[in-house]
Amino acid sequence: MASSNKRVPTNHVIGFVLSLAMTLVAAWAAIGSDLPVSWVIIGIMILALLQAGVQLFMFMHVTEASSGNGHVPWNMMFHGFALAGIIVAGSLFTMSFGFDHDGHGGGGGDHQQHEEQQDHSGH
Amino acid sequence: MHITDILVTGEPIIYGAMVSMVLVGIALLFLLTYFKKWGWLWREWLTTVDHKKIGVMYILSALLMLFRGGVDAMMMRVQLAFPDLGFLNSQHYNEIFTTHGTIMIIFMAMPFLIGLMNIIVPLQIGARDFAFPYLNALSFWSFFFGMALFNISFVIGGAPDAGWTSYTPLSGAAMSPGPGQNFYLMGLQLSGIGTLATGINLMVTILKMRAPGMKLFHMPIFTWSTLVTSFIIVFAFPILTVALALLTLDRIFGSQFFTLTGEGMPMMWANLFWMWGHPEVYIVILPAFGIFSEVIATFAKKRLFGYNVMVWSMIVIALLSFLVWVHHFFTMGAGAFVNSIFSISTMLIAVPTGVKIFNWLATLYKSKIEFTVPMMWSLAFIPSFILGGVTGVMLGMAAADYQFHNSYFLIAHFHYVLIAGTVFACFAGLTFWYPKMFGHKMNERIGKWAFWLFFFGFHVCFFPQYFLGLDGMPRRLFITNVAEWLPLNVISTVGAFGMGLGFMVFVYNVYYSFRYSERETTGDSWNGNGRTLEWATTTPVPYYNFATVPYVDEIDPYLRMKEEGKTTYEESELKPIHMPSYTAQPILFMALLGLASFGLVFEWMYVAIFGLIGGVIMMIVRSFDYDDGYYVPVDEIKRTEKKARGL
Ligand code: HEM
Ligand SMILES: [Cu+2]
Repeated sequence: MASSNKRVPTNHVIGFVLSLAMTLVAAWAAIGSDLPVSWVIIGIMILALLQAGVQLFMFMHVTEASSGNGHVPWNMMFHGFALAGIIVAGSLFTMSFGFDHDGHGGGGGDHQQHEEQQDHSGH
Repeated sequence: MHITDILVTGEPIIYGAMVSMVLVGIALLFLLTYFKKWGWLWREWLTTVDHKKIGVMYILSALLMLFRGGVDAMMMRVQLAFPDLGFLNSQHYNEIFTTHGTIMIIFMAMPFLIGLMNIIVPLQIGARDFAFPYLNALSFWSFFFGMALFNISFVIGGAPDAGWTSYTPLSGAAMSPGPGQNFYLMGLQLSGIGTLATGINLMVTILKMRAPGMKLFHMPIFTWSTLVTSFIIVFAFPILTVALALLTLDRIFGSQFFTLTGEGMPMMWANLFWMWGHPEVYIVILPAFGIFSEVIATFAKKRLFGYNVMVWSMIVIALLSFLVWVHHFFTMGAGAFVNSIFSISTMLIAVPTGVKIFNWLATLYKSKIEFTVPMMWSLAFIPSFILGGVTGVMLGMAAADYQFHNSYFLIAHFHYVLIAGTVFACFAGLTFWYPKMFGHKMNERIGKWAFWLFFFGFHVCFFPQYFLGLDGMPRRLFITNVAEWLPLNVISTVGAFGMGLGFMVFVYNVYYSFRYSERETTGDSWNGNGRTLEWATTTPVPYYNFATVPYVDEIDPYLRMKEEGKTTYEESELKPIHMPSYTAQPILFMALLGLASFGLVFEWMYVAIFGLIGGVIMMIVRSFDYDDGYYVPVDEIKRTEKKARGL
């Protein structure tokens, strides 16, 4: 803390701009582009990995083994991955029943729903 | 849009609330101006980064929320005991149980505990503040504005009415149009930022800022419970953040994550909600366990029995708490295999919990108990909580849960764990550490009145609800004039008013003690029975906490310090102390985000964008802020300590 002399944190600014740019590209790919769905998904995945890289290397000191606690980020990342595993696997496990996406819910009610939805987003 | 379009009209009760809010507001403004307290408020409180003051603000807000949530509860109980009176209509009843649940969990239980952690944890580990004091202030203001936003919903725009669980598709735009549900989403989102930040902050503080020599297994048990809780917070809250964001996108921007149309999966909300929701109930119970452990060890005047086992059981509870969420929706229809797995994991969690109960009993065994008010709350906790835990295991049996689910049996279960656990702990902890915070104890005689009223009120209110549940009374129902249910409902309401009375006596005690309690002269307030470092500081605690930080290599370090005549003021070791400066940035930053959230609630995008841009500007300001704090000179430390210690 005491050693932070007054200068522009270039690394952080670049990282910040990069992550904003990647977010915008991802949003554009999903909303504004005409790319095929599988491309969009793969593209977003790649952007996500790059995004994680920016976070880790430009903001989160993964490389700073010198602090003597180089293992802490890895430790937390391991737990993060474990949790992500629980969320994804757990959701698939508990939610994979009766959903075949063939629209066998509701019939007429479904239709009405749709109209209300549009009314709502219209105002 | 005209202002009268967004005010809620037509309900006499709400008009009453509006008038009283305006009157209280005017009275506050008047008092502050009359006694010229504006500058004091701004300089000493609103811009503070001192963990002790932030803690006090958390606790005051939580007490206010306990009052608001309590009034909601009384109104529901009146309706249920006298269903023919037509006191509340269906819509109003729905709104009230929604705000009651949300407020009690998010804006009462968590901030109350976080407030206690704020004040006590740095003192227990020999730290001078949090690792990130600025962030701590930011957390408080994010909670505060989130709370304010959620609470105004019933007079402006209309309160949310889809339950504290906010299940989709009911809470989606199609079935709940209007701002109500948005208040829920934005209020929780905003305060969630603060909770997450506090989790990180406490984690770093505890891992990095302990007194020299203090290993993890030397930490006081309340600090341990805080550490484990902050891990749960850090891993669970992002799930809520994402779920809330997705539902916000659904409601405001027309996406289809949880809708019935467009291939949305409404049940995914329940799934995500409880992936956060179950860890959340442990976020509010583990610190309570920590508080009871401290209080019981202090007034049994014994070292906590099985300290290591206590710690490990908390860690196991924390791990398991991420593996049981499905028990909240056994009836969704996931099938016998899925339900069986989660039944078993749910019952497993009762094992470490049971271990803790036996450890408390063993601590009490053959000890000379001193019946102070905090100790009475703690002793009452044990049998009451067991009733809640045992019924929890009953609910955990998936097949049986098909009968119990969403009946008053469930309501009774979670009130037995949340009130006898968390709320008793809040009262115990507040009374226990009160002298550290305010320099005087709470009056014991009045405190006992509050305790007995609340304790009996609680059991009279909630014990009958188990049987109402078994008689088939469903939760969230406002017409209950079934002859079979009426007597128990009336009894339950009587109990509820007993609790209300107990709370009022408690609050009166705050006032009474402020006026009449003896001022503390030593830091070791409970007849010299303090065991951990917080009691080694003077009362009132100096703003830098410790003039010198003692070397610690055991649990209960203060016991030996007392024997050896050591203090936290060793004149020969004094050095200038590095402290953070106060700043107005956190409150401004969060006020801007609060404005943005308010804009999103009404879907006024210009307001939202304005607030968000303001937030970004505040982040930039912070990034280029090179204020490194200041040093307290040795002379000033000497002066302060000599005065506080009467040297
Ligand atoms: C022995 C430990 C526990 C077990 C086995 C257990 C089990 C359960 C089960 C199975 C349910 C769902 C019942 C249903 O919806 O039909 C439930 C609900 C609930 N439990 Fe527990 N529980 C335990 C401890 C706790 C604790 C310590 C807390 C909080 C301090 C808590 C708070 C809640 C809440 C708030 C709900 C209801 C949420 C809602 O539907 O609105 N439980 N519990
Ligand atoms: Cu649960």
